[in-house]
Parts: sequence; structure tokens; C-alpha cells
Amino acid sequence: MIEFSFWDILRNLLLAARWTVLLSLVSFIGGGIVGAVLLFLRIGGRRWMRLLSRGYIQLFQGTPLLMQLFLAFFGLGLFGIDVPARLAACVALILWTAAFLAEIWRGCVESVAKGQWEASASLGMGYLQQMRYVILPQALKVAVPPTVGFSVQVVKGTALTSIIGFVELSKAGSIVTNATFQPFTVYGLVALIYFALCWPLSKSSQLLERKLNVAHRNH
Amino acid sequence: MSLIAITEVKKRFGDNEVLKGISIDIAPGEVVAIIGKSGSGKSTLLRCINGLETIDEGSIVVAGAQFLPDETHLKALRLKVGMIFQQFNLFPHLTAGGNVMLSQMVVKKTPKKDAEAVARKMLDRVGLAHKFDALPDELSGGQQQRVAIARALAMQPIALLCDEITSALDPELVAEVLAVVKELAAEGMTLVMVTHEMRFARDVCSRVVFMHQGRVHEIGAPEDVFANPRTSELKQFLGVQ
Repeated sequence: MIEFSFWDILRNLLLAARWTVLLSLVSFIGGGIVGAVLLFLRIGGRRWMRLLSRGYIQLFQGTPLLMQLFLAFFGLGLFGIDVPARLAACVALILWTAAFLAEIWRGCVESVAKGQWEASASLGMGYLQQMRYVILPQALKVAVPPTVGFSVQVVKGTALTSIIGFVELSKAGSIVTNATFQPFTVYGLVALIYFALCWPLSKSSQLLERKLNVAHRNH
Repeated sequence: MSLIAITEVKKRFGDNEVLKGISIDIAPGEVVAIIGKSGSGKSTLLRCINGLETIDEGSIVVAGAQFLPDETHLKALRLKVGMIFQQFNLFPHLTAGGNVMLSQMVVKKTPKKDAEAVARKMLDRVGLAHKFDALPDELSGGQQQRVAIARALAMQPIALLCDEITSALDPELVAEVLAVVKELAAEGMTLVMVTHEMRFARDVCSRVVFMHQGRVHEIGAPEDVFANPRTSELKQFLGVQ
């Protein structure tokens, strides 16, 4: 039997952690773009656009991420399309992240006083101009802390993609456990690596909240 | 010919009819004060003229342009009439100068240099040239309201709507804002103002409209309306018996 040293285990886990980081980044950036589109449909737009966006958000917030991963992975397979695990993982996580970010940002946009919409409208600005020059610059300040905070959820959400066979940190953990029979050491390390990724994010969310609140204290 | 023609305007919020057929014609250069109890529909009327509220019946024509609730018509209407709000509604993320420049650049596509020149001129007109780089947070209420007036003026409107613009101010700051309004009136700007400043209405306005329960109850020159109120509602409102 091959002996695995502690460093062998750690090295393999860290290599796999790169995929967790990459998947988190792709999900977060992709989700941010899709989420922004959803946001614009949700608060401006025509009635059917608002309904569409609201329906989307409710659907993705109201079903487990795991089910969404299964559907992305196996669902398309039913139509004869072979979906690689990494593609299904990216798509499902992007769509899931988009739903939550759109809803977080909607709250931020709605926190901007109604008078700001009225004042900019009375000056002759159209909807997109109001958003671009008046509403979003103010909403952005409010949005930064909860958005960074939510990125922690995305990082942890990537762990679920191990179920459809994408080899990221969690999946690597179970593979290494099967080879080494040291579950406590391995999963302990896995947890620590997740913590090392998430803690700076939630900490910076806290710091940003305090910092931006100072600039916002008079409102 | 009237500059603002309001004809038989009705407005409902659900079952509650707040405007029950309002007709007022406002000539160029007129200064009209709208007075009345809260809930009489005076602010709603003002917001209808600017298109912030849609109307259910009747028509509002500003300088020949009919009020229609689509973005092109609304924009044309709003370029003609500026609006000033009770809560100032300055953009808190921009400086005083930025506030006055923004809509010129965004809506009228004025080059930045020209917009800045106009902004400096307008801020000077309201006595705040030295506050060009100040953020709204750093200004007093009266100063903020004057910036809001400069911001509306920068769009070169033919009429200004003032919605209780001194109601949110500390008493000692009211005068500086009213002085600016008075000056505008003297320069011939058409003004429609909802106000609680009865003395100001008496001194500066050419006509006073008393609204009661969604109707124009009395209308006339300030000396008539204030000195000889005909209806008991207006007498009660003015506190004379």
C-alpha cells in the first residue's frame, strides 16, 4: 500500500481548490452580468418583463441549488446533448447566483429615495439615464457590502457541484479520503481551505459596510 | 394666449377622486399661488402639470404641447416646466455644480464646458457661486433648495412649479429661498407655487387659487381673495370670521 504524507494530501487538495476558486469567479462574474439584466427587467421594463424576471427569481430562489445542478447536468442529456460536468456546474451556478444578486440589488435600488426618481424625471431624463447617472451611483454604495457577503455563499455553493462529478475541493476531498483512509485529516483540511477562502470575503464585507456607512451617515 | 391651460382635469387614486374637474388658465409671466388644506389636491395638481402623475380625464396643455403619458411627450413637457420639491431632492453623490450640470449634459447633450459655465451662472443667480464644489450634505436646507432652483433654471424652462418649497426649512432659512423666488417673479418667470406662505402669496403673486376637496373653490387677485373671502371654507382656512 502506498503511504500518503500530510503534504501529499494538502498539495492535492490545494490543486483542486484552484477549481473551486475558478468556478466561484466564473459564477460570480457571470451571475453578476445576468443579474444586472434581470434587475433592469425587474424594476423598469414593461409588465411582461417584470413578470418574467420575478418568475425567474422565484423559481431559482425556491428550488435547491442541487436540483438545479441535476437538471442542468441530466436534463439536457435527455435531448441527446452531452453536457460536461464543468459546463453544467458553471451554467447552474451562474443562473442561481444571478437570481440572488438581482434580488439583493433590487433592494438596494429601492432604498434610493423616491424623490431622486422624481427630481431626475422632472429634469427630463429617461429611465436609462436616471439609472445610469442618478440611481445606480447611489445604490452601488449600498450594494457593495451585501454583494461581497453573498460571494461567500457562492464559494460554498460550488461544493455541491461535486455531486455531478466536477472535481473541485469537496470532490477532491472524497477522492483523497478514499485513497488515504484519513477522513478526519482530509475533511478538516478541506474545511480549513474553505474557511481561508470565505473568511477574508465576509471580513471585507464587514469593513466595507462600516466604511461606506461613514460616507452615507447623513441619509 | 395662456401658457398653461388646465381643462377639466380629473384624477383618481383608486376610488378616491382627488381632482374633481380643475380648470385654470395661466398666462405667461403670471405668478400663481395655490393654497388650501392638506388633502385638497393642490400638490397632486402640480405633479400632474409636470407629468409625475397621470390624469384620468381632461387635458393639460403647456405652450401648445399636449400632455400625453409616453416618454417622448413627457420629456418635451418637462423641458418646458421645471419642478422644485419640498425635500429639495438634490443628487447627494454630486456637488452643487454637478447637480446643476448633470441634466444639461445628459438630456440636452450640452458639452461639459458650456454646462459648467451655465451652472456657474445659475448658482451665481441664486447667490451660491462660492458653493460650486460643495456636496449637498455640506449645505444648509436653504442653500440646498437654492441649488435645486438653479438646477431647474439651468434647463431654461418657461415655467417653474414649486411644491411647498419652504415647508421643510427652518424658519430663518425661508426668507433666503423666497427672495430668490421673488427675484424670478420680477424677471418675468411664470411660477405656479403650492405654498403655505400667505404673506408671500399676498405680496408676490398675481393670482391666488384656493383649492378645497379637489375643486377650485375660489380664484382671484390676492387682495380680493385674502381681503374678501366669499366662502366659509376659505374664511375658515384663513382664520377670519
